[in-house]
Amino acid sequence: MKQFDEKILEVKNLQTYFFTDEGTSKAVNGISFTLNKGETLGIVGESGSGKSITSLSLLRLIQSPPGKITGGSILFKGEDLLTKTEKQMRSIRGNEISMIFQEPMTSLNPVYSAGEQIAEAIRLHQKLGKKEAWNKAVDMLRLVGIPSPEKRAKQEPHELSGGMRQRVMIAMALACHPEVLIADEPTTALDVTIQAQILELIKTLQKDFGTAVILITHDLGVVYETCDRVAVMYAGKIVEYTLAKEIFTNPKHPYTIGLLNSLPRLDMDQEELTTIPGTVPSPYNMPKGCSFAPRCAHAKRICEQAVPDLQSTGPSTQVSCWMFTPQWEQDHDVQEKVGV
Amino acid sequence: MFVFIVRRILQTIPVLLGVSLVVFLIMQMVPGDPATLLAGEGATKETIEMIRHQLGLDRPILYQYFDYVIHAVQGDFGESLRSSRPVLDEILVRLPITLELALASIFITVVLGMVAGIISATKQYSASDISIMIVALLGISLPSFWLGLMLIYFFSVNLQWFPVSGWGTFKHMILPAITLGAGGAAIVARMTRSSMLEVVRQDYIRTAKAKGLKEHVIIYKHGLKNALIPVITVVGLQFGALLGGTVLTESVFAINGLGRLIVDAIRTRDLPMVQGGVLIASVIFVFMNLAVDVLYRYFNKRIDLN
Repeated sequence: MKQFDEKILEVKNLQTYFFTDEGTSKAVNGISFTLNKGETLGIVGESGSGKSITSLSLLRLIQSPPGKITGGSILFKGEDLLTKTEKQMRSIRGNEISMIFQEPMTSLNPVYSAGEQIAEAIRLHQKLGKKEAWNKAVDMLRLVGIPSPEKRAKQEPHELSGGMRQRVMIAMALACHPEVLIADEPTTALDVTIQAQILELIKTLQKDFGTAVILITHDLGVVYETCDRVAVMYAGKIVEYTLAKEIFTNPKHPYTIGLLNSLPRLDMDQEELTTIPGTVPSPYNMPKGCSFAPRCAHAKRICEQAVPDLQSTGPSTQVSCWMFTPQWEQDHDVQEKVGV
Repeated sequence: MFVFIVRRILQTIPVLLGVSLVVFLIMQMVPGDPATLLAGEGATKETIEMIRHQLGLDRPILYQYFDYVIHAVQGDFGESLRSSRPVLDEILVRLPITLELALASIFITVVLGMVAGIISATKQYSASDISIMIVALLGISLPSFWLGLMLIYFFSVNLQWFPVSGWGTFKHMILPAITLGAGGAAIVARMTRSSMLEVVRQDYIRTAKAKGLKEHVIIYKHGLKNALIPVITVVGLQFGALLGGTVLTESVFAINGLGRLIVDAIRTRDLPMVQGGVLIASVIFVFMNLAVDVLYRYFNKRIDLN
């Protein structure tokens, strides 16, 4: 196990709410995690668990209105990003913290060439001339493994394949050697073979540049392949925060266990995939207690009454579940649910 | 690109032939006989027949048409029945005036329309957005002749800022250009607004923000170039409407342009003049469309011109 001990990013009790006509949606509801230099942190969860909103919040890119970061802090190299001015944030975005998105098809501007879009970031942050920035953009394309980069740089996104566009996005994101790269489902829209190549590329470049990566995904396989630590998100909260390997060998939270059980396995003869019963609660109508309690096979009365804190169950594992608290044994109301 | 332009120019030939044929046939069908009109009241049948023969109007229609086309290709659109001067000469005197008016109006349509649309989109639901959209709604709804008359009443008669009618100086140009361009500006403003609003929700705008670009760079560099594509279509269509609109505007402001020339020619059944005028207007329209297509390609290289 690699050791990472220099904190680069520390998120404390981050809250991002959306205020709409239907009510307040607590999309990110008090999450905390740290990211160390050179490390890869996976954030896993179902659609709507708040993982993308978390990543957009880190760069303060939440559309406002209706969204707003209502609380917490995001310490980047010890300074709170939430207190920075818009101008200061602009010099961080794409420079010290950059981001790649899920949809390479639509994330590039269709009317500008690939090289131009990369060079733009270089010109902006490194104050290079047009020519130098362009040459650097071509170098970046070469670095991300695009063949004949001089030619490709002049092409527009519609002339590139999906995998190549994602490579362009990566080249753009890494052009200014950021310290943190946020990759929001970078491989979801790609073919499986291309997925592996892109993940491999991110890993290689991470090693070369010493970039810390936040990898947002719903794919546990990707976590296993690439991450050092992982945070499992459910309904806007982190329910389990542990080492990536640990989550496969020793999962704690019932939701994590449910996720793992619902993975198709080659080594077992399964007629049907296991699923987690029920659905994610509506963000406008969250349960009073643990948000997973309505779907949890182990839930007791205490689960429905109060939200459990995220607490340590081991040297590098934190779980937000009443099962791992002293109160658990005191609650004798074991109402094992019917049909679960 | 070059091949495309050449091909489009060649394609205009059948279009213009079609236009000339339609105009020719319509003028044959409308009631009223140029020979009778020219001969004046009380003329004998023989005189009318003689004039008809002189003008070649007694020949078969198809023969008349081909004769006309062959001469037209050589730049000879015949002589005006009223002034007996060559049609082309008369048109060339009037054309620059109409072109000036059209260009001034297009300028108002594009600049005013786009600026208003961008302001509206970037400040959606603000007071300025709402007022721009109300003014735009008025702009679309008001008939241009009424707007022209109102402008004359307030700015020329009451305030005496601008001349009431005529053409020649910059001051003469302003009110007619506004009259003619207002409707288009309103449409362009609405189009720009909705197009911008759609574009700013695109993923690549989020990418541009994540890059650390300034708000105005995002809007004007990354947004506008994408948003302009549907706007160009509208501007191209507006240009057609605008050429038609010159007829009314020139009448309201008593400007001796091509529009008035054609209207007068229709009233007096001056066939060669009507045909020549409409044909020239069609040529301009066809070339404007070509310009729009070329602009399309410039703004969006995904559009395959071939």
